[in-house]
Amino acid sequence: MRISRTCGSSALLLAAWLLLPAAASAYTVYVTNEKDNTVSIIDSAKLEVVKTVKVGQRPRGVTLSKDHKWLLICTSDDNNVQVYDAQTMEFVKTLRSGQDPELFILHPSGNPLYIANEDDNLVTVVDIEKDTVVAEIPVGVEPEGLGISPDGKLLVATSETTSMAHFIDTASNKIIDNVLVDSRPRVAEFTADGTQVWVSSEIGGTVSVIDPATRKVLAKISFKIPGVSADAIQPIGVRITKDGKRAFVALGPANRIAVIDAATFKVEKYLLVGQRVWQLGFTPDEKLLFTTNGSSNDVSVIDVEKLRVMRSIKVGRYPWGVVVAPF
Amino acid sequence: MGSSIEEDARRGPACGRARLSSLVLSLLAAAAAAQLILAAAEAAQTPAPSQAQRIPIVLARELRSVPPPLSLLDTPPNDDGVAGARLAVNDNNTTGRFLQQEFSLEVVQSADAAELVAEIKKRVEAGVGFVVADVSPQALLALADAIKGRDALIFNAASSDDRLREADCRPNVVHTTPSRAMLADALGQYLVWKRWRRWLMVRGTEPEDDAFAEALRRAATRFGAKIVEERPFKYEVGSRRADGGHEQIQQQIPALTQNAPAYDVLTVADAAGLFGDYLPYRTFDPRPVAGTQGLVPMSWHPALEEWGATQFQNRFRRLAERPMRPLDYDVWVAIRSIGEAATRTKSAAAATLIAHLKSSEFEVAAFKGRKLTYRAWDGQLRQPILVATAKLPVTVSPQPGFLHQFTELDTLGIDKPESNCRAYSP
Repeated sequence: MRISRTCGSSALLLAAWLLLPAAASAYTVYVTNEKDNTVSIIDSAKLEVVKTVKVGQRPRGVTLSKDHKWLLICTSDDNNVQVYDAQTMEFVKTLRSGQDPELFILHPSGNPLYIANEDDNLVTVVDIEKDTVVAEIPVGVEPEGLGISPDGKLLVATSETTSMAHFIDTASNKIIDNVLVDSRPRVAEFTADGTQVWVSSEIGGTVSVIDPATRKVLAKISFKIPGVSADAIQPIGVRITKDGKRAFVALGPANRIAVIDAATFKVEKYLLVGQRVWQLGFTPDEKLLFTTNGSSNDVSVIDVEKLRVMRSIKVGRYPWGVVVAPF
Repeated sequence: MGSSIEEDARRGPACGRARLSSLVLSLLAAAAAAQLILAAAEAAQTPAPSQAQRIPIVLARELRSVPPPLSLLDTPPNDDGVAGARLAVNDNNTTGRFLQQEFSLEVVQSADAAELVAEIKKRVEAGVGFVVADVSPQALLALADAIKGRDALIFNAASSDDRLREADCRPNVVHTTPSRAMLADALGQYLVWKRWRRWLMVRGTEPEDDAFAEALRRAATRFGAKIVEERPFKYEVGSRRADGGHEQIQQQIPALTQNAPAYDVLTVADAAGLFGDYLPYRTFDPRPVAGTQGLVPMSWHPALEEWGATQFQNRFRRLAERPMRPLDYDVWVAIRSIGEAATRTKSAAAATLIAHLKSSEFEVAAFKGRKLTYRAWDGQLRQPILVATAKLPVTVSPQPGFLHQFTELDTLGIDKPESNCRAYSP
């Protein structure tokens, strides 16, 4: 239905469509609203909320199953992961998750799911088909960020109070190394070629780029914005384009997204978005980037090619996570 | 082990006699959670205990005799501060197991300050490098002087007395608990932000009340508020539990606050909490109450949930089976500072850790939404201050618009150019 609309035969509509990169494809964007216990669903062509769905308590991390059939949500205050049909948003089931799940990541093969349990200093490994706990991996204090290598062999978990990135062998579910980074690491993100993992440090105000093979820090990126106090620059969400050329880092209460040349690690530009920006999500074609702005209750939409903020869209209260489906 | 400490820790007249007790929380006892023990056994690179760097920490508690609070809800728990220390040692050890570092805690407590100082001195001479102090200002100075010249650092986690950061500052003391000036400034900024610029002040007659009143006067001058009048409240300390009372208070407080010049907010300086909680809802004019009671500035609030604090509060509650109080937080930050210094320097040598703690490199994340650091001129921990009612935080200072050349956090308390601390060297 959406496809027929965007590909309408009217010459006028077609012209308008050609001018708007956003309309190139219509995707479904899911945003978890931490305070409202809802998910806002945005049509990426219309750039508006088309549906708001009630979910469990304190929804934060959100992702899609590999076949895109399921939407998985960390419902932190329910101490579980809820699974919804991504098309209909009908509730499917809950998965066990351990206490207070905040963020998770799916193995590239589609199973298992790795969940950070902040309250228990654990990463819980869950088989999403069988709903069984495969392993519990003890990590540092307050695990949060999880990144997985494209080949699925290496999991990186960050623990906030311990200030470490733990490198975990997914075959044995054992820690093989720990890399100290700046205070309060929040997110770990691999490059698509698997040669780097980027770890953001919220309180330290930096992003460490780590070589997963040697576990050496290749570069430490810091940020400086005129008129913004250094303490307010708090890197959290990290997304890197598939071609490895550009990275986007959400800077929390600095209300900006840093655009980074991923080859030189230099900041190219700061984009002003909503307040307390945390997580980021690309559309599958990487033409748009959605940012969750917790304090202003909206998401900003960034045109990735033009490096411009196109629009902000009101969602629920305290938007937290975002994921985009290819339909 | 847990019950003996709680009996010994009971405060009030019952512990007026000198009594010393001590408790060592070993690594495994502290790591009560089963998965931590499991992890120690499983993690491939976990060293044998003998290879670990050991970092012993002493919590010094002076058991002071205090009158019962006006509200039964405010009765301090027996493990006030101790539970914060236990949580911090657990947190340090969870991190430490990845770095082969092991932290231990010994609680040494006495109602006799001289005895307490002597016991701590013995431990420092035996090689303990870190003392977290929940003691009176006098005992703190005695302790600092007793271990002068040693590779040891004291964290003042309990006294807000500005003199300890000013004329009586010591080079071997840092302060995790906010100074009175910081607290008054935090409150003052919010009142001014609210445009409640005219303050009536009611103050008690104890020296600590004078000190808080002075901090409020200083805040008023700095931020453009005006104290329209000060009224002393002479309070005869009697038995709180004498039956009857609200009838008299209901008469007394309106009388105390009537015929005042026009004012926006009633500020109160009652450090010991002898009468301040009687003021709200009883003033002659309908005005909010702020200061040592009513709307209160503090380092921590048990209901704070911002900046990831929820998980921290949960962790504390699981350990202590009660909400976290400011003293617990101030002790926790002290021990986490030691842990952070050990993590960053990968050392257990007190001199190395202390040098790092006092350097500009040091920073610690402590659920206040920004990094915390120690001031180079007096050793005070820079930190945002919560301004809160009993139930919920209302705001966090510094307030928007109070600017500073280096960091807005230094709009709270004694800034470098004003500092009279000469002994402190970073």
